[in-house]
Amino acid sequence: MAAVTEPVAAEDETLVDKDGLIAQLKAELPDDVVLHDEEDLRPFECDGLSAYRELPMLVVLPATEAQIQTTLRICHANNVPVVARGAGTGLSGGSLPLDRGVLLSLARFNQILDIDADNARATVQPGVRNLAISEAVADLGLYYAPDPSSQIACSIGGNVAENSGGVHCLKYGLTTHNILQVTIITLEGERLTIGSMALDSPGYDLLALMTGSEGLLGVIVEVTVKLLPTPEVARVALIAFDGLRQASNAVAAIIQAGIVPAGLEMLDNPAIKATEDFVHAGYPTEAAAILLCEVDGTAAEVEEHIEAVRDVVERCGATEIRLSQDEAERARFWAGRKAAFPAMGRVRPDYYCMDGTIPRKALADVLIGIGDLSQEYELDVANVFHAGDGNLHPLILYDANNPGELERAEAFGGAICQLCLDYGGSITGEHGVGVEKIDQMCVQFPPAELTQFHAIKSAFDPKGLLNPGKAVPTLHRCAEFGAMHVHNGELPHPELERL
Amino acid sequence: MNAVADPVGAMDQSNEIADHVAQAFAAKTPLAIRAGDTKSFLGEIGRGEILDVAGHSGIISYEPGELVLTARAGTPLTEIETTLAEAGQQLAFEPPHYGQGATLGGVIAAGVSGPARPFNGAARDFVLGTRIVNGRGECLRFGGEVMKNVAGYDVSRLLAGSFGTLGVLLDVSLKVLPAAHHQATRVFEHSAETALDAFKRWRLRPWPITGAYWENGLTYLRLSGAETAVRSACEQLGGQSLAMDYRNFWTEVREQTRPLFTQDERPLWRLSLPPAAPLLDNAGPNAIDWGGAQRWLLSDEPAATIRQRVAAQDGHASVYRGHTTPRFHPLSKSLLALHQRLKASMDPAGILNPGRLYPEL
Ligand SMILES: Cc1cc2nc3c(=O)[nH]c(=O)nc-3n(C[C@H](O)[C@H](O)[C@H](O)COP(=O)(O)OP(=O)(O)OC[C@H]3O[C@@H](n4cnc5c(N)ncnc54)[C@H](O)[C@@H]3O)c2cc1C
Repeated sequence: MAAVTEPVAAEDETLVDKDGLIAQLKAELPDDVVLHDEEDLRPFECDGLSAYRELPMLVVLPATEAQIQTTLRICHANNVPVVARGAGTGLSGGSLPLDRGVLLSLARFNQILDIDADNARATVQPGVRNLAISEAVADLGLYYAPDPSSQIACSIGGNVAENSGGVHCLKYGLTTHNILQVTIITLEGERLTIGSMALDSPGYDLLALMTGSEGLLGVIVEVTVKLLPTPEVARVALIAFDGLRQASNAVAAIIQAGIVPAGLEMLDNPAIKATEDFVHAGYPTEAAAILLCEVDGTAAEVEEHIEAVRDVVERCGATEIRLSQDEAERARFWAGRKAAFPAMGRVRPDYYCMDGTIPRKALADVLIGIGDLSQEYELDVANVFHAGDGNLHPLILYDANNPGELERAEAFGGAICQLCLDYGGSITGEHGVGVEKIDQMCVQFPPAELTQFHAIKSAFDPKGLLNPGKAVPTLHRCAEFGAMHVHNGELPHPELERL
Repeated sequence: MNAVADPVGAMDQSNEIADHVAQAFAAKTPLAIRAGDTKSFLGEIGRGEILDVAGHSGIISYEPGELVLTARAGTPLTEIETTLAEAGQQLAFEPPHYGQGATLGGVIAAGVSGPARPFNGAARDFVLGTRIVNGRGECLRFGGEVMKNVAGYDVSRLLAGSFGTLGVLLDVSLKVLPAAHHQATRVFEHSAETALDAFKRWRLRPWPITGAYWENGLTYLRLSGAETAVRSACEQLGGQSLAMDYRNFWTEVREQTRPLFTQDERPLWRLSLPPAAPLLDNAGPNAIDWGGAQRWLLSDEPAATIRQRVAAQDGHASVYRGHTTPRFHPLSKSLLALHQRLKASMDPAGILNPGRLYPEL
């Protein structure tokens, strides 16, 4: 992981006159839109990855698109970097402010603009919370499918910027599969509509490019999402195993049997124990792992599939199978999964949530590998994750008050990324690169690909002022990181100051 | 299991293709990328020296348990579909072939999807990763073979539908899905208007719909999935069942080879619209697919008239047959400028399929 102490600003620092900038902004924007007192800036100093903190030079809280355009134009003219921020729940430091930059909060853009049941879509402002969309359309028998665990808090703009996923993405896809159109404002202040209200749009698939671009290409000011009919019935099977390998094999076997579950999640023993202590969901605390397998659809279909799941997991050596009999029981089965992260907070003061993906067939080997690393780094780890699509979330437990533990947790995290790559996976499945995994990008991508990413960014933002220093590392940075790695933790030239 | 397809005909020509592009980059020679040559009717006429990539062929890896297939771009689509069918799986976006020689690369570069598109997703939705040669002749890899991957920009999906103007596709990794156990088609007597109304209602129902098509006073609704689900939806829906000799019906819809399309000489337009967009007076369409989101129009009217009408409904229109340029709906000035900058970022000398997507690109 990127060392916490290292500044992450763009390479070419330019001096900005803070007072001058405030004056320019205040001349065109209402007073309450521009914040610059330290106490007002404090709430914006970090996102969900709170080990990284930085006070922004100032915060702009616009209420209209025109105010965003004005802000961006002024920043462009003054070469001031801009970091967009939704709800700040990101887990990779994507909306970490820059001390010489403007933090642009989209918090006031919280209106649902249009609900169109005939076309099964909703148009919303970027600051609208993910869950608020499903709540607003529930009466129509519709919902918005991607459901990150943070859905009560995270914003749809942040979801688009991160291409967020959730428990139900196995069947219903990620953010990129569930949006129709976004409107962006470029750093030069130009308003562009990307995608369309139809199922495709002429020209390049810019919607794909924008989704997951971590605020580097444009500020998202409007999103039209696709809505789906709420499934008639959903049932979940809680399946216990006495070995990680059996549980992992069962994941592959369910998929191979031709069933696409709505969700297929795994908790390992430390995660089971912690959540059981916390919410008493009735999980079997002696199991090595449990799977939560949800199937949904029409009543008849669900019946057929849940029986098929039972057959498959029995053959895979399940030690216990419970099928939810009603909605209350289904909610109880999920309660543990949903509370798993906070439950970890009771085990140790801090946890570091990792996010990597691997081919399903490597699940058992990688989980066992993570167990070995846990011994090597002398830190406990619990696994609660989207097993169905091979998306791991190892939670590394540490105590930041113990000197060296945070650094050790980060090094452990880096080793997990490497393990995912060794098995043909990716360093991030849904939390993004941000500042957190900027160095691991150098491992996943060779210089030619990174250079291509930078060229694409320049097509949108020639001055490189939108969220600089995030998501895509400079080759210079990679050269340094590579040099550091060759020596296996032992820094070359320890006498030199590191940037 | 790592089922590698018949190695006969399989060939890795990545290096040759990259060298060829690198030389063309140095000499600024425009290249017209070609494999099966089945989709030249889509888009503009390419110009430049032919770069034949059909020889770069073969399935590289396919693991049914992973739901992922990786193949070279020149691999015949039929080979891929046969291999998947043997394992009970499918390309869920139901790509049209438009001819015997269709290749994987062509399908992805053109970004075409069949009748299942609104229900299962489009070609781009199933792209997990690609290996490409950019306009400098560099081999680059984006995405991968895992289901979720947000490291770096999603260049793989950007390439879907880019008509080879951003890079030469070498290999493509696709998500594949189990083929449905059971399928049925119900037929209803509907006017175009009642069909659109029915589609609107059905969109809100959690039925396993995988096709919703109207032509000539009849609506065809296809359901696929678990046997019980298909049967119970059919019971609730009513309608007639599609006669057995209509076995190729959905293939004809997918390929636009229904008599309606082939027995009329007028220009053929594809209208892409919000699914519930209302019908326009005296303006067709002749057929409605994708539950209303893709409509087909046979018309001699001027392109500008058709496009204006469709754009007023938040849609866009492209020519599938007939002599109109641009063939795809024109882009706004600012979007075109962005397209040009993006193209330049991947193909700085403008040598990859110049003019194939839009005359200006
Ligand atoms: C407890 C917890 C559970 C989580 N569970 C999941 C999960 O299951 N799945 C998952 O995918 N993620 C999960 N996350 C991560 C996080 O919630 C998502 O990444 C979410 O999409 C971030 O949304 P946000 O509004 O908080 O964005 P922020 O954190 O504010 O920003 C995230 C990134 O998006 C950019 N951005 C935000 N808004 C805009 C905009 N309008 N225009 C341009 N760029 C913008 C920012 O610059 C930044 O790079 C979880 C986080 C927490 C704390």
